[in-house]
Amino acid sequence: MTDVTTPLPPDGAADAAGPAGRPAGRSNRLFLVAGLFVALVLAAFVSGFASSSPDGLEKVAEDQGFLEQGRDHAFADWPIADYAVSGIGNERVAGGLAGVIGVTITFVVGGALVLAVTRLRPRPNRG
Amino acid sequence: MHIPDGFIDAPTSAAYGAVAVAGVGYAVRRASAEVDDQVVPLAGLCAAFVFAGQMLNFPVALGTSGHLLGGVLAAVLVGPWLGAIAIAVVLLVQSLFADGGLTALGLNITNMAIVGALLGYLLFRLVLRVLPARLGSVPAAAGTAALVTVPLAAASFVLQFAVGGTVDLPLGGVTGAMLGVHVLIGIGEAFITAATVSLVVATRPDLVYGARHLLERAPLEIRGAAGVQAGGAAISGAAVTGKVDA
Repeated sequence: MTDVTTPLPPDGAADAAGPAGRPAGRSNRLFLVAGLFVALVLAAFVSGFASSSPDGLEKVAEDQGFLEQGRDHAFADWPIADYAVSGIGNERVAGGLAGVIGVTITFVVGGALVLAVTRLRPRPNRG
Repeated sequence: MHIPDGFIDAPTSAAYGAVAVAGVGYAVRRASAEVDDQVVPLAGLCAAFVFAGQMLNFPVALGTSGHLLGGVLAAVLVGPWLGAIAIAVVLLVQSLFADGGLTALGLNITNMAIVGALLGYLLFRLVLRVLPARLGSVPAAAGTAALVTVPLAAASFVLQFAVGGTVDLPLGGVTGAMLGVHVLIGIGEAFITAATVSLVVATRPDLVYGARHLLERAPLEIRGAAGVQAGGAAISGAAVTGKVDA
């Protein structure tokens, strides 16, 4: 019997984890930190290497002749307009900083909105 | 893919604004019924990741670039309802960066959140149905759905342009050009979506909404593959020890 039980360490691990999934919560934190780190690196550094050519829609609008129908954005004068923090000479720094600001705002706003969504649900068993 | 102000007339933009409000409102209702507190930061992370991904324009053809739309990616990771909400959040935040017109927000949410995430997730499930029922099929199905969803989002723009374009143009030219370039962008979308989903499936498959039903089935599969005698004996032995331990 011992021969059978020894190759099954997950047995004990599963007991420790339990159905409540407490340790899963802790490793979610690791996943979150790692994921946010990747998102921030992409927005801060990799974005500097992104293509600056017009995107699909913009290019089609240009070729087909309706690009000039487009109007300036209402927030075109904002300090973070066009993914560049104004007042910073270095393009990569200005863009990377805008990316970090955007990722941070999106995480906070997204999380807050989804938190609000979870609060919409009536919860009979929780205080 | 972000429509600026002025491409589509005001009545059409307003009508699509109503479509977007209805669609996101429905997503909120459905999401509130199924999400718990644990998923809150994950949905935020998903939105943040898509925001970052949308900054990374990759070259396609002839001085044209494309970027991730992220609808299928978000929907597969956190589910179609939260995924659509996440994309809508990304589009809202992008307004702060003067990307995508304010009056075009409904048009853009329709194309990227409703077509991109909701319809994209439907396609994902359809593709998954014809693939073998295992975790490895999830990134493949996500990539395939992403590939198809980008031209569908482009087609949705063409419809908007046909209804309310502010300039009269032969629709054939616009349709052909939009679909042509977005098929190419779809290839990039498929690659990024499949790679990202694959990474999360490899590390934390339990966090992938679109893989959950496969995880529940997985133990059955292993037992079946373990086969005839030794495997069966080991498992029944383990079951007995488990009972004794408990």
